[in-house]
Parts: sequence; structure tokens; C-alpha cells
Amino acid sequence: MAKKPENGLLIDYEYCTGCFACQVACSQEHHWPAGMGGIQVLEIVQNLPKGKAYLNFLPFPTELCILCFPRTKKGLEPACVQHCMAGVITYGSLPDLAGELGKKPRMVLWSPR
Amino acid sequence: MNSENVHIVPTTTWSAGPGCHGGCGVLAHIKDGQLIKLEGDPNHPWNQGRLCARALAMTQYVNHEDRITRPLKRVGKRGEGKWEEISWEKAFDYIEKKMKGIREDHGPESIIFSMGTGRDIGPWICMLAYAFGSPNVMFSLSGSACYGPRLSACNTFQGCYCVFDAGQWLPDRYEDPKFKLPETIIIWGYNISATCPDNLFGHWIIDMMKRGTQIICVDPRLSFFASRSKHWLQLRPGTDAALAMGMLNVIINEDLYDHDFLEKWTNGAHLIRIDTGKLLREIHLEAAGDPGNFVVWDENSGTPAIWLSSQAEFKALNVKAALSGRWEVTLADGSRVSCRTSWDAYCEAVNKYPLDKVAEITWVPADKIRKAARLYAKSKPAAIQWGVPIDMTPAVTPTCHAIASLWALTGNLDIPGGNVIAKFAFDAVSYALPGAVGPIGLKDKDMDAKRVGVKEYGPYRTFHWRAQTDMTLDQIFTGKPYPIKGMWIQTAGLLNGIGLDPKKWKRALEKLDFIAAVDLFHTPTTQYADILLPAATFLEKNGVRSWWVPLQTINKAITVDQCKPDVEINFELARRFDPEFKYDTINKLFDDILKPSGMTFEQLQQKGWAIPPVSHPSAPYHRHEKGQLRPDGKPGFKTPTAKFELYSTHREDWGLDPLPHHEEPPFTPVSRPDLTRNYPLILSTGRRSPAYFHSEHRNIPWLRQLDPDPIVEIHPETAAAHDIGNGEWVWMENWLGRCKMKAKVTRIVPPWMVMAAHGWWYPEKKAAEPSLYGVWECNVNQLLPMGHQGKDGQGAPIKHLLCKIYKAVGKEERNG
Ligand code: SF4
Ligand code: SF4
Ligand code: SF4
Repeated sequence: MAKKPENGLLIDYEYCTGCFACQVACSQEHHWPAGMGGIQVLEIVQNLPKGKAYLNFLPFPTELCILCFPRTKKGLEPACVQHCMAGVITYGSLPDLAGELGKKPRMVLWSPR
Repeated sequence: MNSENVHIVPTTTWSAGPGCHGGCGVLAHIKDGQLIKLEGDPNHPWNQGRLCARALAMTQYVNHEDRITRPLKRVGKRGEGKWEEISWEKAFDYIEKKMKGIREDHGPESIIFSMGTGRDIGPWICMLAYAFGSPNVMFSLSGSACYGPRLSACNTFQGCYCVFDAGQWLPDRYEDPKFKLPETIIIWGYNISATCPDNLFGHWIIDMMKRGTQIICVDPRLSFFASRSKHWLQLRPGTDAALAMGMLNVIINEDLYDHDFLEKWTNGAHLIRIDTGKLLREIHLEAAGDPGNFVVWDENSGTPAIWLSSQAEFKALNVKAALSGRWEVTLADGSRVSCRTSWDAYCEAVNKYPLDKVAEITWVPADKIRKAARLYAKSKPAAIQWGVPIDMTPAVTPTCHAIASLWALTGNLDIPGGNVIAKFAFDAVSYALPGAVGPIGLKDKDMDAKRVGVKEYGPYRTFHWRAQTDMTLDQIFTGKPYPIKGMWIQTAGLLNGIGLDPKKWKRALEKLDFIAAVDLFHTPTTQYADILLPAATFLEKNGVRSWWVPLQTINKAITVDQCKPDVEINFELARRFDPEFKYDTINKLFDDILKPSGMTFEQLQQKGWAIPPVSHPSAPYHRHEKGQLRPDGKPGFKTPTAKFELYSTHREDWGLDPLPHHEEPPFTPVSRPDLTRNYPLILSTGRRSPAYFHSEHRNIPWLRQLDPDPIVEIHPETAAAHDIGNGEWVWMENWLGRCKMKAKVTRIVPPWMVMAAHGWWYPEKKAAEPSLYGVWECNVNQLLPMGHQGKDGQGAPIKHLLCKIYKAVGKEERNG
């Protein structure tokens, strides 16, 4: 039976600028070659009425995200969390993060593993 | 990994590497002399542990297989891509011989020292040029249209530069009680978070948005900020001055301005003669008067009163200067002239921009402009941060004047949470810049008269200490007034980045007798050099940084083969060129630069960084009140009148319009309807990618994957009209040239504009001509002209050209 998820990443995507720091931080930390990595940043352009649009970025943890186990074990923040230029990624236990999730809109809680 | 063998070197990211103008604190993890990881320093006040994609990719950068690691001498023809390795000693000898030969035959001014984007190259390239004896340091963009013109404009009107306040002068930043959160920030033509331009950390604005700062965004493109703004002013590129004039119109006519600032700190009361349209000066009233002193109408005495500019006070006591009105004044020869105030003239200039007219010029609805102007003026405090598009129009200085008036007239200058005056930390500055003088300077001041552009352009004569780029390019062809024979190109991409009309630059390079280049990788430009020297990244060198705060050292963490820091290369040659060169070690040079801080290089290196104490003149706030801006210690600004100049004395002296105004750029649907028939789309360039700094980083795998192709953004309706699908290769073409990019069909851009990525070339393609790394295929600068600099020699049309687009067919559909 698969292990139950305990920890996750809470993303405040209202302020994600699409800067890709998280993506390269993960590649550096875990030595992923270009094209692989634990997190991918997606650009979402949503059409709005009257010809308008809204631009969002959303970091998505992939199959390769190990929640930086070797770092968190040592008490360090995951590489993407520390380096996120907008400070929008929080690492923690799922119940704690779920509590945070209700505090403001435009957030998403990922439980990658 | 055995962490015991890892040691950590704290340093500052400036700059070959991430390429930016910022100064992140980082921790370099070194094992066996190799960089194994680079992390942000959590204890650093600049970035608090954060770090961008480009800095995080440094392990792929420093030991990249394409790094140039030995000096190279060209063995084939220019552009043939054939090189041989030589020793440093031989390379220095060769350069010394060649350059001294040119100096003897044609004078030192006949060698141009070309630099690209600023960073920490400025002082060292100046050091070398000045030791050689040449005044011709050239920032290689048409009209120097990046940062320099904004610095120079701020010097013109307010004596110092200023930036948005993010508490960067306070170690505890946003938490410090002296700091106030800006209620509103206008982000004017900037996607600042992508690259940290202009010596700022872009994400500071996001820090403040999270704390509640509202955004007004001025941008033709739907940026992150535009999406999240209270008001998005989607203007037609090149109409920023008209927009600012419209906002001033609202603010003045709705009485939303700061009367106290206007009266006390501007030259609004200074009188203008109706007959000449120029300022009334003391010398007009008394033959022995000082032409630098000005005149107001004193309401108390009902007579003119003299403003002693150099003393920043009135000659008489109890003067109450009138801000509005018309008076007859008797001149020294007994004749009488009618005069009015600068403020009246200024208001008249502003009243030429009613909102319906501004809407017609800018394509922004009047109602939005009114709402944005009101929000900005009523927010206390509020800041404006402008980006490089402001420089990238010929009328940059009048545009800056209009925008600077906004922060001045709303009382937001040098206050917490407003636009704070930016001075170099501890006033430690290395070389001559607008508003600052450092130990690196031209020894023989007479030589400066030979600098290209000095005679023609006021700002270049007064404080913009560079050779005027467009004139330099012409002079290479004409040889007038003196021949240009050689060029020293240090980390500048004349053919792939900073050079507009790059084929013209190529022809110019072909004409030169000698070219030396310094770079970290081969580029299209290096292929034209006779000798190429391998430079170091920030991890491989020592250095100092004082833009603007904190004062920091760059600390050497590793060595890569024979690569040398720019400062070491230039230091060695400077000593060879100038027998009286004043330093014998680089540390003494650093000590000299740091002298005003009271610290030596080693002492600062121990500390890592230092922020000037609040009482220091290089730390905010309210310094015009405290007398901390002028060398004489008098209250006021460092301008010819000691005032914020609503009416510019410098501009009047230079024969230019002293009041802010809009000038329609040379190639727009408005100024050139004839061209617009064939080239119906506005071509804008230079949107920032977080993966790249200008023409760098295309060879770094982690970064290239993020933004793999040169992209032109096209609105869905425009794309459909041209039968272009997302991801298809398309040509952009105009009367100057064409280039091919991949279409990104997106609502980020309006239907009437395409946005083309800049700085593209393909490091993976063949170096030799005609390929030249594919630069002739994808460099958008082939559609941008040289020679259209502004009336004061600064600014150039870069954000607003015209083009047509069409699908690439057949073999062209592929990249290559
Ligand atoms: S938590 Fe670690 S492994 Fe997961 S995406 Fe972030 S950096 Fe990569
Ligand atoms: S680092 Fe942070 S702000 Fe940047 S793309 Fe990733 S999540 Fe977004
Ligand atoms: S671009 Fe910004 S985050 Fe990256 S190194 Fe420069 S200052 Fe730091």
C-alpha cells in the first residue's frame, strides 16, 4: 500500500511572477538535466470579457518532486521554497498548510508524494 | 557528497554570471576548488536568501565547455572563426604594441572603448581608456538609450537620481519604523521582476504588494503587474510623455498637488521674460549681476528680488515670491520688459494636454488616465518606478521631466515610501557618472574636448561622460573630425545585442585596424576581433559595489583555468599605457574607491556589506531639507538653482525646450502614415525574459529550456489575419531589414503591436560567416535604425518601430 502523504507545498499563485527560480533551484539541488525537474511553472492567460485577459503563473510539482527530503531532514527549507523570488511557496505538513490555505484566495496546496 | 570538504564563500552577484545589475548576497559552495552549488544568503538584506534562475544556473555557467579559458588570437579572416591560443604575456604585448602604435600615429582618441550593459565593467573600462588617454568610452546603444539618459535627466531637473523606496537603506527593511509602505506604486514600462535592472531587486515590489501596495501599471503589454493593477494604462509605445502630461493636467487642475513643495523647493516663482521667452537673470537687472542668479517677484515689497543660486537664498530678507502673475521689470539699460512666472509657463505647457487630446495620442481612455492620476496623487506616500522604455525614445529628457514632475509636485521626493534620492552607499563611487565623481577619471581634462558628441550635445558636455554612440559610428566611416582606428570591446554585443542596425556595425568593425575583445564566451561580435581575452565570472574575482546600497565586496571563490577578471586585465594594460598610473596593486585601487566609507577593502570584505547610518548623506530621507544633497551643505537640490527645476535652466542653456512635452517619435503610425501603409504593425522589442540577460545565457541548458526560441508575441486576431498559428516561424520585416522568430499567439499583446524578443543568436550554430551563429536570421535589431537619437543626443526609437509579418514557408519553416 502506498505511503500516506504527510507534507506538501502551499502556493500563493496570486504573487507568482513566473520567474522560474524554483525550477532551476530544483535542477541545481537534485542535478536534473535540462528538461527534467521537480517543478514546472505554467503560464496561464485567461481571456476575460470585453477582449481583456489575465496572466497567471502556476508552479506545478512533477513526478520528480521528492519534497527535498535530504534538505528537510537537515532542517533546511526545500530548494525551491528558499529561492522563490516572490516567497510564494511554503513547505509544511498538510494539515498545517490546509489551515493556511483558508486565509486568502488564489492559493493551491500540492501534495506531490 | 561529503559536506565536510565543502567550504562556503559568501559573495555578491555582480555580474558576469546572472548578468543583472543587482547585488544579491550568495553563498558559493566550493569543493576541491570547484563550484558545486550557489545559494541565496538568507542573512543578506538585499535578497533574504532568494535567488533568480540565472544565478542558480551558475554551476552550468562557470565550467561550460564553450567558456573561453585562454587568450585567443585570430588566425583566419575576421568572421572566419579561426583562432589560436596564446599566452597572456604574448596577448598583453601584442595589444600594447598595436594600441600604442595607433596612439602614436593618430592620437589616443582614435581608439573607442565599447561597453555593453553597465554592471561592474564601467569603472574598469574607464580606467583603461583614461590610462590610454582616450576620452571615448562608448556605451554602445544608440542614444546611450539605457539608464544613462534617465540618470542624466534626473541630474538636469533635480540634481540626483531617485528610485522607489523599498526600505533598502534600512537593514530591517519593511519592518523598520522609519519606513512607510507606499500606498501606490506606478510601474512605468517595466517588467522589473524578470531581471533586476537598474540596481534594484525586482521582487521588492512584490514584497510590498503582499503588504498592501496597489499598482498602477503603464505598459502596452499585459504583464504580471498589469494583470494585478488597480489601473492598467495600456499606452501606445512612445507616448509616455503625453500620458504624464495628462496626469499632471489632472493633478494641477484638480488641485491635488503639494503647494508647500511647489513654493519651497521648485523654481516655479522664477521669472521668465516675455520678450525672449527665457529666464530673467540678475545680469539683466544689473550689469554686474551674476548670470547664474535668478529673479522672482516679491509680493511683500512689490519689486523684483534676486535668488542667489549658489547660496540657495534670496539676496533680500522677507521675500514672498509670487507664483503666478505678470509684472513689468526695469532692466539694467533702463528698458522695461514684461515677465511671468515659470509656474505660469509650466501650467500653460501642461494645459496643452487636456485628457481628450492625451487619449488621442496615447490610445488610453481619458477616464482611466483621470482615475490613475487621482489615485496616485491621493495616495500618501506613493512612488513611481520607471523602466528602460523611458530611455528608448528620442525625447527621453522631456519625458523624464514630465514624470519627475509627478513625484515632485505630489511631494513624494525623498520621503519614506516615495521616490528616494539614490546616492552611492557612503558616497563611495569609482568613476565619473552623472552626479558623482570617483578616483577614476581622465587625467588630461583638455582631452575631454575631443570626446565624440561633447560639442554637439549639452548633457554630454555637462555630465554624461560618454562618447555619443550614433556619432561615433558615423565617424568610423567619415573619419571626421578625426579618424577612428581601433576598438576595445569589453563584454559588449555590437552584432548580437546592444548594436542597432548590426550590419552597419559589422561594416564599421571591418574598417578598423585593430579590435580587441574581452568576453566569457564567443559571440557573433567576438568573431570580428583580432584578439580575444577570457574574462571571469563574479565567482572568480574580487570587487566592490556601491550602487546604491549596501556597500558590498565581491569575493573570489574559484579560479577557472586562465580566465582573468576584467579589473585585472584592464589594470595590467593601464599600467603599460600610463607610466604614471597611480596604483601598484588592485587592492589599493579598491581602497581608494572605498575611502569615503572609512573602510579598506579588507575591512569591508570582513563585514561583507555595510549600510550607511541614517544620519549619513547617502541615506534617506528629507535630505533637501537637511542640506545633505548639495556640496555646500545648503538646503535644496544639486541643480543650478538649488531647486527642483520645473523650468530647466540647463535645457535653456543647451538651446532646448526647458518645459516638459511630448514629441512624436520618428517611426509611428502617427508620424509616418506613409510607411504604415506597408508596415502596419507597431514593432516593439526588448520584453524581458527571466531566463536571459540581454544576449547572454542561450548556451546554458537549464536556462535555454525555459525560453528555447526567439519569440514574437502576436495577438490572436492579428495572427489569424495573417494565417499564422501558434508556434509557427514568421518573418518580421521593414525598410531596414528582417528577422525570423517563432510566433507566440497570445492576448498579452494588443492587436496593433507585436513584441519581439531581443538579443538572440544561436550559440549552437556555426561561428563563421555567413552564419555568424545565426545572428543574421534572428537578431531583431536589423529592423532598428541608428542615427535617430534625441535632440540632446540621448534616447533612441527602440520600442516603437513599424513592421509587417508573414509566415516562413518551405525550408524557412524550420529554425536553421
Ligand atoms: S521541494 Fe525540492 S524536489 Fe520538490 S520541487 Fe521543490 S526543490 Fe524540487
Ligand atoms: S520561484 Fe516562485 S515566483 Fe518564481 S516561478 Fe517559482 S513559484 Fe513563481
Ligand atoms: S537578477 Fe536579481 S536575483 Fe538574480 S542575481 Fe541579480 S539581483 Fe540577484
